[in-house]
Amino acid sequence: MEARHDSESLSPPQIAAIRRSMTSGRMALTRRSLLRAGGAGAMAVGGLGALGGCGIPPAGRTEANNASDDHSDEEKKVDFSNWSEYMDVSEDKKRHPTLDEFQRRTGIAVKYTEDINDNVEFFGKIKPQLAGGQSIGRDLICVTDWLAARMIRLGWMQKLDSANLPHAFANLAEGFRTPDWDPGRSYSYPWTGIPAVIAYNKKATGGRKVTSITQLLEDPKLKGRVGMLTEMRDTVGLTLLDMGKRPEDVTADDYDAALARIQKAVDRGQIRRFTGGEYTGDLGQGDLAACVAWAGDLVQLQLDKPQVEYAVPDAGYMTSTDNLLVPNKARHKKNAERLIDYYYEPKNAARVAAFINYQCPVDGVRDELAKINKDLAENPLIIPDEEMTAKSHAFRSLSSEEETVFEEKFTKLTGA
Amino acid sequence: MTATATPDAPPDAAGPAPAPVQKPPLLKPAVRKRLVPYWLLLPGILWLLIFFAAPLIYQASTSVQTGSLEGGFKVTWHFQTYWDALSEYYPQFLRSVLYAATATVMCLMLGYPLAYLIAFRAGRWRNLVMILVIAPFFTSFLIRTLAWKTILSDSGPVVGALNSLHILDVTSYLGITEGQRVLATPLAVVCGLTYNFLPFMILPLYTSLERIDPRLHEAAGDLYARPVTTFRKVTFPLSMPGVVAGTLLTFIPATGDYINAELLGSADQKMVGNVIQSQFLRVLDYPTAAALSFILMAAILTMVTVYIRKSGTEDLV
Repeated sequence: MEARHDSESLSPPQIAAIRRSMTSGRMALTRRSLLRAGGAGAMAVGGLGALGGCGIPPAGRTEANNASDDHSDEEKKVDFSNWSEYMDVSEDKKRHPTLDEFQRRTGIAVKYTEDINDNVEFFGKIKPQLAGGQSIGRDLICVTDWLAARMIRLGWMQKLDSANLPHAFANLAEGFRTPDWDPGRSYSYPWTGIPAVIAYNKKATGGRKVTSITQLLEDPKLKGRVGMLTEMRDTVGLTLLDMGKRPEDVTADDYDAALARIQKAVDRGQIRRFTGGEYTGDLGQGDLAACVAWAGDLVQLQLDKPQVEYAVPDAGYMTSTDNLLVPNKARHKKNAERLIDYYYEPKNAARVAAFINYQCPVDGVRDELAKINKDLAENPLIIPDEEMTAKSHAFRSLSSEEETVFEEKFTKLTGA
Repeated sequence: MTATATPDAPPDAAGPAPAPVQKPPLLKPAVRKRLVPYWLLLPGILWLLIFFAAPLIYQASTSVQTGSLEGGFKVTWHFQTYWDALSEYYPQFLRSVLYAATATVMCLMLGYPLAYLIAFRAGRWRNLVMILVIAPFFTSFLIRTLAWKTILSDSGPVVGALNSLHILDVTSYLGITEGQRVLATPLAVVCGLTYNFLPFMILPLYTSLERIDPRLHEAAGDLYARPVTTFRKVTFPLSMPGVVAGTLLTFIPATGDYINAELLGSADQKMVGNVIQSQFLRVLDYPTAAALSFILMAAILTMVTVYIRKSGTEDLV
């Protein structure tokens, strides 16, 4: 340890030497200097905190005049942000054949980025620009319906020009035409339908079937091995259906009752985890015996793990959608619309559906899909039959205040 | 600072020679010299201002705002948010401190022997072992944590062995595991934290230990100290800077961590990092999220200050 020094008793050369070591030598980080720095930092924070009074621009609704200058005609390109594994890929995994064909046909180059992994994170990422009335550098994005609804409500998305969307207009399946958050689809077109159903690992349940939310929440044989989704509308929606309520017109009381029911299962240790998309791994290796799951994942998971089965509850299931939208200030709106329209040609839609295995919202896709893969065309999770369609439900769109209250209660349920 | 502080100024400055017509430099050489460290500090200071001070002010302001996403948030000096956040989420706070402290102690118990081994006994294997310690950093934090889900899987060999040795019965009784599983229990979260932050403990410990002159050990032996006494009276006190630095580098990030609790825990193991994340991203209650961050920061600063004072060590590295 260094000798303590007393500055009073030091000679000038010694002082100079010390100063040299402080400036050019290895300056030791000591307890005292750290404490001193901490103190100074705290003072700085205190002083600067007062500056907070200046305020920070609110993340409120943006004013009008968001119609971007459309550069579609002079710049033959379009920036498309999508979820990972949400597009067909070539054998060598390097190309996306349908995108390549779009470019060949129209001359429009697609910059395709798989940078959406999570709705809430993506919203956190693009919110500052959109709230500030700036471009997010993307012409087309794909988000889940409740987030699409929120961003349309905030005035951050652009109305689509139906003149550029003839196929989309004609081929959009009936069940997807009039969501309560975008009636008549003037802002959005669905990329996929996402049925939320029950899945179970036959090995882990010892061959037992799991067919209802009641069983999920109460069967003692499943204790500690049940998973539910962090996607509030799917988890609570299925529970509501199981209680005989309709998620389409959920009231605050219904909602609380459903949460209380799930909370009981959490307290009893019945539910192991609330998960996002990573439940597939847990279900595959049997750590989760049964869980709420998204249909598209299941079709793919079943190929690897035949012990995974699914059940559509008699009480009904939830269908949400991932939707294509054009954000404010997008530079290539028309190109984006042409891209949407391209994917509403049944042939192209079928090629994507064959890869991603999610429900396809395009009419007339069954025959095209059958040409690629007969089994997939017969799978009610991808092309729902009448019975399946009749059981499908959607969560009512919520006002801003409701959304905050519901989400807060739900995150408390999940432990945070 | 006085003029006497320039003993290394050029000697010719003192001569009474007739001054040739020369432009005087903008700053005296002595002044210029004194400014050098500040110039060198400038990039660091700017970095701190932009990436630390500015976000901190922004957060401070956010924490006293009220409003909603649609109506916008305005500064209303609503300090109540702090109290509300604390009284609502104190279980997660306590849990974070408990888990992080446990993980830090486990890191110390695992890391000290290893660092000692590398410093004094590894010989020519020293570099190889050091690389092995650092190697996990070549994969992402997330992937490493996810790997533990496979390792600790219910039907995996680890849990199988623990089960047949009836160790899980004991840990269940103690309340750190549940039933016949390790995943989604406190044990899994603490193990994940320990694993992920272990290198941050080992590296400063190694640096401290490696600096100890081995002749001190010999001298202790010459004075009839048994190995245990040598360790207690010589090695450990001299390694205190490493112990303090290592515990800080482990405890501080572990307290705010949310990945381990998210992936390896269940609803009952959520830490304060998870709360901040969900308040910020999911509930969109930015003031509460900001207030929670500040409370966490203040709590850590207080604990660290007390700890450094108590530990009575002067050097940190």
